[in-house]
Amino acid sequence: MAAHEAHAHHDAHGHHHHEEGFISKYVFSQDHKMIGKQFLMTAVFMGVVAMLLSIMFRIQLAWPGEGSDFLSFFLGDKWAPKGVLSESMYLGLVTIHGTIMVFFLLTGGLSGTFSNLLIPLQLGARDMASGFLNMISYWLFLLSSVIMLCSLFIETGPASSGWTVYPPLSALPQAIEGSGQGMTMWLVAMSIFIASSLLGSLNYIVTIFNLRTKGMKMTRMPLTIWAFFVTAVLGVLSFPVLLSAALLLMMDRLAGTSFYLSDIIVGSEMLENHGGSPLLYQHLFWFLGHPEVYIVLLPALGLSSEIISTNSRKPIFGYRAMIGSILAIGFLSFIVWGHHMFVTGMNPFIGSVFVFTTLLIAIPSAVKVFNYITTIWRGSNIYTPAMLFSIGLVSTFITGGVTGIILADSALDIAVHDTYFVVAHFHIVMGMSAVFGMFAGVYHWFPKMYGRMLNTRLGYAHFWITIVGAYGVFFPMHFVGLAGAPRRYYDYTVYNEFNTESFDMMLDLNKIITFFAILAAFGQLLFLFNFFYSIFRGPKAVQNPWKSNTLEWTTPVEHVHGNWPGAIPEVHRWPYDYSKPGMDSDFIPQTVPLMEGEEEH
Amino acid sequence: MSRLIVLIVIVLGVLAIAQLVRLYELSSKLRDRREEEITNRDNKLNAGLLLGFVVFLFGGFIWLMLTYGWTGRGDAASVNGVETDWLLNLNFWIIIAVFFLTNSLLFGFAFKYVRKPGVKAYYFPHDNRLELVWTVVPAIVLAIIIILGLKSWNDQTDEPGKEAIRVELFSKQFGWTVRMSGEDNTLGLFDYKLTNENNPLALMTTATIQNAIDSMENGMSGIKALERKLNDRTIMLIPEERDLMVTDLDRKERLIRLLYQMKERHNPKLDQQAMDDIVFTEGDTLYLCENQEYEFNFRAKDVIHSAYFPHFRAQMNTVPGMTTRFKITPSVTTAAMRDKMHNPKFNYILMCNKICGTSHYKMKLMVVVLSKKDYKKWYASVSDKKLETNKTFKNVYPVGKPVAAPVNDSIPAGGAMVDSLPTMPN
Repeated sequence: MAAHEAHAHHDAHGHHHHEEGFISKYVFSQDHKMIGKQFLMTAVFMGVVAMLLSIMFRIQLAWPGEGSDFLSFFLGDKWAPKGVLSESMYLGLVTIHGTIMVFFLLTGGLSGTFSNLLIPLQLGARDMASGFLNMISYWLFLLSSVIMLCSLFIETGPASSGWTVYPPLSALPQAIEGSGQGMTMWLVAMSIFIASSLLGSLNYIVTIFNLRTKGMKMTRMPLTIWAFFVTAVLGVLSFPVLLSAALLLMMDRLAGTSFYLSDIIVGSEMLENHGGSPLLYQHLFWFLGHPEVYIVLLPALGLSSEIISTNSRKPIFGYRAMIGSILAIGFLSFIVWGHHMFVTGMNPFIGSVFVFTTLLIAIPSAVKVFNYITTIWRGSNIYTPAMLFSIGLVSTFITGGVTGIILADSALDIAVHDTYFVVAHFHIVMGMSAVFGMFAGVYHWFPKMYGRMLNTRLGYAHFWITIVGAYGVFFPMHFVGLAGAPRRYYDYTVYNEFNTESFDMMLDLNKIITFFAILAAFGQLLFLFNFFYSIFRGPKAVQNPWKSNTLEWTTPVEHVHGNWPGAIPEVHRWPYDYSKPGMDSDFIPQTVPLMEGEEEH
Repeated sequence: MSRLIVLIVIVLGVLAIAQLVRLYELSSKLRDRREEEITNRDNKLNAGLLLGFVVFLFGGFIWLMLTYGWTGRGDAASVNGVETDWLLNLNFWIIIAVFFLTNSLLFGFAFKYVRKPGVKAYYFPHDNRLELVWTVVPAIVLAIIIILGLKSWNDQTDEPGKEAIRVELFSKQFGWTVRMSGEDNTLGLFDYKLTNENNPLALMTTATIQNAIDSMENGMSGIKALERKLNDRTIMLIPEERDLMVTDLDRKERLIRLLYQMKERHNPKLDQQAMDDIVFTEGDTLYLCENQEYEFNFRAKDVIHSAYFPHFRAQMNTVPGMTTRFKITPSVTTAAMRDKMHNPKFNYILMCNKICGTSHYKMKLMVVVLSKKDYKKWYASVSDKKLETNKTFKNVYPVGKPVAAPVNDSIPAGGAMVDSLPTMPN
């Protein structure tokens, strides 16, 4: 009913679709394009929060014990007395920063936004297989985001046992305050998040299998769709395992079970729990946790494949090898989780099996990198902001990827495990790459999402500040780690007691890191401004601004329900016919039939 | 006030950008320039910047390497650590080469193949030979890395030799306690239910079991005391408090049954294994002997901690409910390392490297490696002391607290700084 009162949308072009009200169009929308935008908005907000949290603890690390107006402004006297971050809030910030970034920004935000937007558009479908489940998926995501944010404001503080929330620490409120109500909210939020992710993933898989338009064979799908497809499969197979880990943890906390607890005395209280194993949790967690890395990374790689091919005006090199390596990475990601557990007391023989499987992943990753480089080679490269971010992604994927070789090797991992070397590694290979992929996607598909263009010059400034800032943060961090600094330390004064030189070095590096972090954070203001300003005031987009081949650019600029006003287009060729010899135009959309005697790649 | 100013500056900044963007858009409109059309000037500028960036990236890396490199931790100070460092350096050379090569290609091509008017991109969809090359070459390099890594890993995790000294490191929020295995080189049994003030490491002997039973039955808040309180009609209890006490009583009744079982099953012959162990006070420095192999056994009382020896290049989590192990052989004495580093205040350390609570970052233990001769003297002094303390405890509690009362002023107790090495009494 409210739907009819609110601003009905008057369609000047007079398409014959059902007039929608404000509520059903913008709020409880079942249209995949709108749901994609809702995911993006929520993720951008969550990302800003998580970035602010990281700036707060970076201030503490660079200037330990010094009061800061910034901290007292945001945290008040309880969590930052005299502007100095408290120990327990420090851990809370670290935990929630990690959780939001990994799950809410890079899983919900990246895959949620672009799978929703692009799967139907690039496959030639009118919408997702189930618009209703898709809508529920978003609302569960929003609900879990809200719960996670609320946990920052409760009296005992948010969950603070690190984003991996290992029990027993996360199971025992006696051991740390954050394991009380904050941890309960974390578990509730994550359980809802998993439900959202599963609904989304199942929908993506069904859509990809069933709703491809005529002529869209699996081997004619853009690599973005391949990446989203494998991502969705990984999510469906691994997230339920995290849910079971979370539920068992909930039982240990509330129902007195002993899945993860054994022989514990906390404070002066002797617990009865016997027979459980904290390692069980770690196995369950990392069975999700490692595929999760690729759930975050693959969509970014898919987006950048599309963008690099379009903007180099060349077909992506080795299309089938790219599909093969996505599948290989997806498969291998399920049998490597133990490399997070080399020093947990797991049997060393099992450790060596995981060394082997983990290092194998480097092969498909190397194939992808070299294929990107060959695509750029002898291209006619056009540096849109999206293309710059994609090149940045390939660079960070290399730089962060190579240090993974050290960490996957158990004999070496034992020297650097849980130090800042690890933090630097995964922030570059997973964090930066995925964030770059996400920015690339936003710059490239913004005209499709909002029908307007982003400002290119601001995009350039944003890219250059971001890449310099982000490398400036995470490159020196390797050296902090090689000096032996453990992660999640509130400060490094302990170094004063055994090696003052190391302490000075660490403080120097931490100041450099924090400087670049603040610089990068300011750079994001340019993006936020550009993004929100252009939604309303940006210049109107044309139908196919990047002269791209894929189907989404055959839809009208003004969104219509069902995507194409007339019949669904038919596909005749693969999506990468750029600069094909003997053709007039340097791009041939997928809808153009093969010419007589023309070979299909 | 300062906040207000900051706020005003931010608002003005946003307005300024907005105005600049408006200006830019108007001028674009005037010149009929569209956002999606990247001018050759912009394109070339960005290509140049990409090349400049990779120079900055490499330069930054080299600068960091020259300035900080490996110096943060110093040379490895254990036999396996030296091997780890060798392998680590080898791997680093490989990955640094890959890092330079691939980033150069990426940014180099990006610079070189910027769009030029009239030049069409080269249609090059695939090439099986090239793809084979970059599948096989990484596979070979990785095979080498895997083989060397696993060889080293097997050495590291192999059973320690018979000569290895067994030492236990017991972790709790937020400190470490050392237990040495004594003459028989066997660590005595333990069970967490035996923990009390006199027996912090929960060692298991006939006497400690009896002791635990007694204190659970007759102690201050033991079963009898609880029952008495709950049945005493003259005491008024808040319902919540009563509930808590009932829960506590239930739990203690279940635990005491387990203690009686333990008592029945206990083999008194094993008492001696625990009786000759040397337990130090929490926070007492860990003394190790140069070129002596050690097998460390790790235990945790409350949550997961991690025993991390950065200078020995080793770490292992300590897990409640299970014992974890590893072996190391320290190879450089503290004194020698101080000379090597030209730092008379340098010390080895054991840090906690798994988040364990708010004071996680303070949880550490000083470690001193002595030469064989010094170690012998030190060991004699603590084991003598142990016998003395054992007498005073009448063998109820089989351990002494030898280092808490310093044998010699220069042997530091607690977590105090180890500025000077102990000079042994002759």
